[in-house]
This record gives sequence, structure tokens and C-alpha cells, in this order.
Amino acid sequence: MKQFDYVKPGTVAEAVAAAAQPGAVYLAAGTNLLDLMKGGVSRPDRLVDVTHLGGLDQIEHLADGSVRIGALVSNADLAHDADFAKAYPAVAEALLSGASAQLRNAATVGGNLLQRTRCAYFYDTASRCNKREAGSGCDAREGENRSHAVLGWSENCIATHPSDFCVPLVAFDAVVEIEGRNGRREIALDELHRLPGAAPERESALEPGDLIVAVRLPPAARGFAAHARYLKVRERTSYAFAVVSAAAALRIENGRIGEARLALGGVAAKPWRARAAEDVLRNVAPTADAFQEAAWRALTDAKPSGDNAFKIELARRIVVRALTLAAAGTPARIPALPASSFASTSGAIHA
Amino acid sequence: MPELNLTSAPAHLRHGSNIGQPLTRRDGILKVKGQATYAADNHPPGMLFAVMAVASISRGRVTALDVAAAKRHPGVVDVMTPDHKPQLAIDPEIKTNPFVFRMEVLQSNEVRYANQPIAVVIAETLEAATEGAVLLAPRYETLPALVGLDAGESFVPPVVGVGNPTENHRGDVEAGLASADKQIDATYETPPQYHNAMEPHAIVAAWDGDSVQIDMPTQGLMLSLARVAELFGIAHDKIHIRSPFLGGGFGSKGLMAGPPVLGLMAAKLVGKPVKLVLRREQMYGPVGHRAPTRQRLRIGADGEGRLTALNHHARTVSSTFDDFYEPAADASHTLYAAPAIRTSHDAVRVNTGTPLFMRAPGEATGSIALESAIDEMAWACGIDPLAFRLQNYAEVEPITGKPFSSKALRACYEQGAARFGWAKRPLQPRQMRDDAGLLVGWGMGTATFPALMFQAEARAVLRGDGSGAMEIGAHDMGQGAWTALAQIAADELGLDIDRVEFKAGTSDLPDAGIAGGSAHTATAGAAIHSAGAAVIAKLADLATGDERSPLFGAGNAGVIARDGRLIRRDDQSRSESYPEILARAGVAEVEARGTGAPNPAAMEEYAMHAHGAVFAEVKVDPELGQVRVMRMVGAFAAGRIVNPRMVQSQLFGGMIWGMSFALHEEAITDRRSGRIMNANLGEYHIPVNADVPSLDVITVEEHDPHVNALGIKGVGEIGITGSAGAVANAVWHATGVRVRRFPIRIEDLLTPL
Ligand SMILES: Cc1cc2nc3c(=O)[nH]c(=O)nc-3n(C[C@H](O)[C@H](O)[C@H](O)COP(=O)(O)OP(=O)(O)OC[C@H]3O[C@@H](n4cnc5c(N)ncnc54)[C@H](O)[C@@H]3O)c2cc1C
Ligand code: SF4
Repeated sequence: MKQFDYVKPGTVAEAVAAAAQPGAVYLAAGTNLLDLMKGGVSRPDRLVDVTHLGGLDQIEHLADGSVRIGALVSNADLAHDADFAKAYPAVAEALLSGASAQLRNAATVGGNLLQRTRCAYFYDTASRCNKREAGSGCDAREGENRSHAVLGWSENCIATHPSDFCVPLVAFDAVVEIEGRNGRREIALDELHRLPGAAPERESALEPGDLIVAVRLPPAARGFAAHARYLKVRERTSYAFAVVSAAAALRIENGRIGEARLALGGVAAKPWRARAAEDVLRNVAPTADAFQEAAWRALTDAKPSGDNAFKIELARRIVVRALTLAAAGTPARIPALPASSFASTSGAIHA
Repeated sequence: MPELNLTSAPAHLRHGSNIGQPLTRRDGILKVKGQATYAADNHPPGMLFAVMAVASISRGRVTALDVAAAKRHPGVVDVMTPDHKPQLAIDPEIKTNPFVFRMEVLQSNEVRYANQPIAVVIAETLEAATEGAVLLAPRYETLPALVGLDAGESFVPPVVGVGNPTENHRGDVEAGLASADKQIDATYETPPQYHNAMEPHAIVAAWDGDSVQIDMPTQGLMLSLARVAELFGIAHDKIHIRSPFLGGGFGSKGLMAGPPVLGLMAAKLVGKPVKLVLRREQMYGPVGHRAPTRQRLRIGADGEGRLTALNHHARTVSSTFDDFYEPAADASHTLYAAPAIRTSHDAVRVNTGTPLFMRAPGEATGSIALESAIDEMAWACGIDPLAFRLQNYAEVEPITGKPFSSKALRACYEQGAARFGWAKRPLQPRQMRDDAGLLVGWGMGTATFPALMFQAEARAVLRGDGSGAMEIGAHDMGQGAWTALAQIAADELGLDIDRVEFKAGTSDLPDAGIAGGSAHTATAGAAIHSAGAAVIAKLADLATGDERSPLFGAGNAGVIARDGRLIRRDDQSRSESYPEILARAGVAEVEARGTGAPNPAAMEEYAMHAHGAVFAEVKVDPELGQVRVMRMVGAFAAGRIVNPRMVQSQLFGGMIWGMSFALHEEAITDRRSGRIMNANLGEYHIPVNADVPSLDVITVEEHDPHVNALGIKGVGEIGITGSAGAVANAVWHATGVRVRRFPIRIEDLLTPL
């Protein structure tokens, strides 16, 4: 492996200073970063290990009704936090549908947000990839691309963002708290990931040294707890990235949808908030027709980037199903096969 | 040292209760505690680490390597390249026998496939060697890659598999098709697959002058030893290979591949012990794989649903520089009683490492196509798939007309169907749903695998302290040889298993042949059987010829060996313990050798196969297309079951592999570069626990007096066959959609709403 410096800062300020140097990256649990380093995809000069920083591993329920999740909370701890799961069941379900139990135990909230794409050409250093090496080209464009993006892609990059967690987060207007060289700031999660455009190598709104310290869900997010689901279609029952996924949440008042939230995963370089679809669901009865209409709206701008036209139709169907499941009500317990088509079947003892 | 071959009616009987017992793995505790020493766990003093640099193109030439940059990296000791390497005694391109495959050991700058080794960096640490390999920054002259089943002109290979004829026929297929009431003409595709044993290929090599100590997982100790001897020009007794445990092989560790040879060369080059372990992605190239196939089946049936013709043609690929052809169409030789059968193969050459045997080579690929096509025909005839198979049950082997040495397939169908509840299956597809509205489908497939025998030797010892030893260079790939063969040894020596020192897994022991072809237990078992017979005969001679022994004169009647005693066959009240016999004779121990080998006369007369019937239930999301196998029941008849627990594991593993074949496994090849884009266990999908909710295995009783002295058929590979088709057929039954390209994908099942 390439030789690199390893820095273990004692404070957030030290961390930011250490990571602002060119060639430096943050190391959280390393479940993504270390794989990338072993494959020569990332070749940092310096790792700034944030796992020992104090105070970033708390789940705080704030007085205003929001929740603040420290960047170092593990994916498993967050999903298994009973209060959190009750208030944000779709988020917990999404977390539990990701990766494997071992990975979830290690993986952090911050790392999950900033995990890199699973585009095979990004991982294969012999391929041309604009994201890995700006301006080199995109071998996925004419390559094996059935799992690539159908929304928001550009000729320069057709990769998707693979996170499950981010999908309900973006639906619930999550806010990312960042500590940077110029102090603290906040951005909407929706602004964190960038679409590729002409510069796919710039994946996020973060500047050198920026450290995600927490993710916050605003008070309104709690209002959907009774009707919130995550649904993920994948190529095996567990331990696979989404082909397409959706988070759907409804606030149902007197038999009508007061407000809907909808986001898609596995379709774009960012978790895809479907605001137009949400709009058509405002103030209507939760019917199959309404959900169909929402599904069409959600995918209006979709177009295949390769051998992946099926993902558009699949996404529409997932939207309808996720909305239908949400309307039916959040189950009392997260299913043993979270976010799965097979969640309600018997024999579902493994996740 | 006298040798004794099996006689069908031995004078002396041996009795024991070990065979048939579900003993747990005798090496289980070691493995659970991490104390089982796999090859890469060895660290001889002074050992260095070697890492291969591999090609990122699949056709062309390496034009430059930055050796200086690699050597400058701290810790790097040397870089082995085509220009700087120890000389081999023979050209690795020469095929000295049919079991020698060409390998890339830096003999030239040519690149013939992606992931081909092009240099080896040797360093004091694994990290330094790894970075050194990156710093080589190879440059290439690249030629257009040959990729896929249509890469070029097809040709008819001289043989397929291991020496099978490329074409076979019996009867007139065209006439059979012409006379048929119903015809099926369907084409199925299977992808390239990689063995992906949990343990990567690894070697620790330590030279001492022209002697070498090798730690390396191998399914064929003696074949490997012979290959090392000829490549390095050294005598067999200069080579010692230890392979006590393999973390799986599945055929990829049967024959010596290039990477371990590079480890040996590297150790020679630097004059120190060297360890070379493949990275997961490096296993997608130089160590074999299952070739893709495209198979066309044309089947005819008469008005009653009886087959009139079966025509199975398979297109496959081999590498540009060597020959191995997946004998997929041969799967149609043995199962169904069509009066006319023709099987044939053709191939194209592509830029890939040479394909090789991979668990059920030919049978697995052929089976999923054949079982799908039979299912399609059953549906076309409006007959239940099980009834259709029974109606076309082969009483003799269809392609040869030979009787079977034994065939309890009918019982497999019966018991499997009963356990599964097959009788309730609606004939029409898309009829069943669960409470949640998911489509439910039931499918079945017939399993078959030949009962093979190779050559093996064993050495048996009985000692004055009442213990015994059985020595055989057998291989435990995880299947349980340490346990099952020791059980056989105990019975053959008439001793308790704890009194038998069972030695296996090193090359200084008698040759156990190759652990492949599902033939290891049968072959090694037969050698153990005959060595046991021979050593008991010697012991009996000591007693029956000595008038002081209670067994004196029992020579003709014979003795029974049981619980460490010899007992007169004609008077069981007269017996003597092994130590008593040896002590009186004044010898410390007696020893004898025995061999196991195929019986050509029996093979001439009989067709020898294991059989099975697999039933599968799947659920399919009707709108979203995701599939889950809910349960599988497999009933298998495979002769004598030495250890039911190990056998169940083998069959479970095979059935899961079959499910994997139908739904998951596929090496995704970039159509331009020929590189494999999912060369890791995250993206090369195999089933995980959640994909396998329920498996049930029934072993159907079967006595086979012809296959070998112990009546053992193999169970290692048969589980895949039948299972893959059963799952595919269940998907059809659930959805009404017949998918003919495997693995079945979500988009295949996104039918219009
Ligand atoms: C086999 C496999 C399967 C997987 N399957 C799924 C799946 O199905 N669904 C899914 O959603 N995910 C899946 N994952 C991805 C997994 O969720 C991520 O690897 C994990 O969340 C990353 O977290 P980490 O703490 O290990 O991050 P690291 O690997 O340590 O870091 C990831 C990136 O984030 C940066 N980073 C980390 N923390 C911070 C911070 N606080 N501030 C700024 N930058 C930071 C790092 O610099 C790095 O670039 C899978 C991973 C693997 C290996
Ligand atoms: S799709 Fe994006 S990540 Fe993939 S190769 Fe193209 S530029 Fe790279």
C-alpha cells in the first residue's frame, strides 16, 4: 500500500486543521475508504482519524422536537435506538437494509453520507473515470451500466450514490452540520451531494477540511412516523446495494394526505427528492391512482444512461408500492427483512 | 513391501460401526479456534512477501515496467520480470500430459488475458510488495480484446471436458423431431463464473539447495508435485508439499496454476522463503473458471408426452492459448429416455484465462438448460413436470444403452415430492400467491453426476500397542476427508476410530489421486479398504499359522477383525487381540499397502451415476421482480453414505450453488476491455443467509455392488445439478415468464402490469 501519514487529532479544531492540507482525508470506520485505498482508487497522503473525537457519538433529542445525530454514531446504534426508530421508522428501516450487520456495526453516520459511488469503472483503476481522474473520460458510458443513473446524470458521469440512509434523510429535509476552516455552518442534505454536470470529480459541497459533525432532522420529520416506509429492490435478499429504492412518508389527516415526502435511491448521483410527486399528493386521498400519478411525476425527467431503461419502470413501481405501504401504516416493529419485498413473508429470520 | 489388490471375496472380514455414523468434523475444533494451519498461515524464518502485478489489458504486450521505481520503495527486495527470473527446466508452454495446462510464469511480455501475472514484487512486508507492484506502472501495446460467445469464428474442439467426444449420438434425431407432435426449440445462456473459494490460492515456498518445502492448498498433491518436479528439474523426493486444509477448491486447486509457480520462482530468485497469496480480484484470471455457454435444445415429444428426440448443442469459449471446453451438452446423455439423442459442441477463443473444471463442469451448465427445456416440454404437453420425467424415465443409460450399476432415482422423485408436497402443484403457472400477494411457484429438476473412480494408494499399519495407522495423501477441501476417510480406515482396520492415526494431506504419503470429480471418498476409500484388507491378512497369517494362537488353523475359514481383535469366523468364541498376536510373533508392527482403482470391466458393462430430484419453491414480487427461494427439498441416491452429516453439508452446499447459478452468479465482463468488472465478493453475488431460508436433504438408500468395493458414489457436485433448473422452473411457475438467460434478473421479470 502507498505510505501515508496517520494523524489522530484530539479536537475537532485540530482535525479540521489537519484535514485542510492537500492530500488529507478523514478516516471514520474505513469500511469504504480502506477498500478504496487497497484498490488504489484513493491514494491519500494523510489520514485524519476522527473516530476518537469526543462528543460526536450522541443521539440528542432537542427541545424544539428535532433530533441531532453525531457523525460518529454507528449505523447500527442509530437504527437500534428505540426512540429514534419510533420517531423515524423509515430512516431506521433504510439503515437496517444496508450492507451487513458487521458493516453496520462499524460504519458511521458521516461515512455513510460520504460513501463513494459503486460504479465498477470508478473502482477499476485501469478504466477511464472522470470522477476518479478529472477529464479522463467515462468508461461506464458505453460499458456495463445496467445499474447506473436514470436521473440527473451527465455525459461526463452516470454514476449513482449508493446510500440507503440518505434516501429517507433527504425526504425529511435533514440538515448537515459542518465544521470547517471558517467555523461552523449548516447545509441541507439535499445540497450536500452534487450532480455530476461538467465536474463529476466534485462530489459534494464540502471544502477541504470540512468535517461533518452531525446530521439533524427538523421537528416536522416526526410528523410522518405513523406512515413512513423504505423499500429497496436488490439482487439478493440481503447484503446488496439497491437497484432502486424509495422512501415514502405521508401525513394523513382525516383520510387525506396532508403532506407527502418521497425520495428515490439508486437512481442518481445524489439521494433524489421527488418534490413534484409530493406536490400532486398534497390534499388528496391516498388512492392507487394518486400514487400512480405521483410515480409518473417522480420519473418525468428520467432517461436511461445505458442498458438501464428498466430502472425507470422499476422506480415507478417502487414509488407506488412504497406509498401504498406507507399509507397502510408503519408496522409496529421493523420487519425482520427491512425494506424488503419479502418483509411480510414468513421465514424472514435473517436480515 | 507387498501390494494387495481388492479381491471381491476376501478371506477375512472386517467389522466396524464407523461407516455410516454422522461424526462431526474431527478437525472442527481446530478450525473454530483458528488453529488449523492453512497454507498462508505459515511463516518460516526470514520469509519475504511476494505480490503479483497483473495485466489490466486482456490482449497485447507489456512494453515497459518501472522496475527502478518499485525497487526504490522502502522494503522492496527484488522485482521478478521476464528479464529477471530463475530459469525453468522446461518451457511452461509444453503440455507434457493432458492434465497440464499452460500457465503464465513470466515467460514472455505477451498478455493473453486480464489479470495475467506480468511481474512479481518481493519485499519485506506485504504492504511494501503491494505498493511496489503499483509502482511498476506497466505500459502496454494493446490489441482489441476478444470477448464473449460471438468473439470470432467458431470451431469444433477435438474433445470436451476431460477427453469426452465433442459429438455423440444415438438414433436419428431429425427423424425423431420430424415425427414429434410437440417440439421445443429454445436457447439458454449461462455466464462465466468463478470458483471463488473462500481461501485464495496461496503458497509459502522455502528452498534449501535443490530441495523445496511447499505449503500450498492443492486438490492434487501428486499432480502438483510432478509438475513442480518437471518445471524445476528436480527429483520427486526433493519436494515436500503440505496441504492439510483447503478453504475450498471447487476444481480451481486441482492442477498447478501459474501463481504458485511464481511463488516458487520468487523464493529461488531471492534465496529466502517467500509467501505469495492471491488477492481476491487476482483469482479472476490465472486460476480457472467456468466458461460461459449458449445452449440450444431441440426436443420432440409424441402425443402421449414421450420423448422422440433430444438434441443439445452447446457453444462455449476457451482461451486463445489452451483448450478446455465445458462439456455442457453431455448433460443430456444419461437422464431421459429419448430414442434419439444428439449432443454436440462448438467454441470460440476469447481473451480469458483458460476455463477449467468448476464444481460439476458441464453437468451444472448443461443441467440448467436441459431441466428448463424438459420443463418447457412438459408444459407444452400439458403434463405435470414430475409425471413427465417419470414417463421418460431412463431404465438404461440412453446414450449407450448400458444398464445402470444402480439407480434409485424413482425413489428420489417419490420421497422428494412427498416431503415437498408436490402433489398440490397446479399445472398452470401464476396460480399461487401468498397472503402478502407475492407470486409463489414450484419447480423441480433432476440431478445427476457420474460415479467416477481414480487411482489411489494407501498404507496401513497395525502396531503392538493396539493402535493402527492409515496413511494416504488425501485432501480435505472442507468436505470432511479427515473425518470420513478416518471412519473408513477405522472399519477397515477393525479398530476404534480413536485408535487409528489417520495421516493425510502431505506429499510424502501414498498418492491419493486428485480430489475432484466427486470421486475422492470413493477412490481414497477403496485404497484404504484394500490396504486394510492387506494388513489384516498379514496379521491373520501371524496368528493362524502359529499353533500357540487360539486362531491356529483358521486360515481357510478366515477371521473377522473387530474392536482390535481377530475372531475366528467359524467359532466366534476364539479370538485374540492385535497386541497379543504381534507380541508373540515378536514384531513391533505389521504394515501393508493397497490400491484403489476403477474397474474397467464393470465400467464396460454398466453406466454409473448418482441421481437426485430437487424441488424448489420461490416467491416473486409480481410488480418489482425480486425473487426469493423459500425452500428446497433434495432427495439424492449416491450409493453408500459414509458420513451422513458431511454428505448433508455437501448436498446443501451444492443446492445453494444451484440457487446461486439460477439467480445470482455472474462475472460481468466489460465488452471492450475483457476485464471483469465485479471481481470481488461484494459485487459477484452468491446467496447470503437470508437467501436460504430452508433446505432439506433426503439421502435415499442405494446399494451399488459395482461402482467400487465400498459402494460409494460421490456427493460433492451433484447438488448443483437439478437444483439450478428447479429454481429456474419455479420462477417460471410463479410468473409465467420463461427466462432463458442466467442468472435470472429483476428486469427479466418486470412484466407489463
Ligand atoms: C460490502 C459492502 C456493502 C455495502 N452495502 C451497503 C448498502 O447496501 N447500503 C448502504 O447504504 N451502504 C452500503 N455500504 C456502504 C457503507 O454504508 C459505507 O461503507 C459506510 O457507511 C461508510 O462509513 P465509514 O464510517 O466506514 O466511512 P469511511 O469509509 O471511513 O469514510 C467514507 C468517506 O467519508 C469520509 N468521511 C467519513 N466521516 C466523515 C466526516 N465526519 N466528515 C467528513 N468526511 C467524512 C471519508 O473521508 C471517506 O471519504 C456497503 C459497504 C460495503 C463494504
Ligand atoms: S459513471 Fe462516473 S464514476 Fe463511473 S466511470 Fe463514469 S465518470 Fe467514473
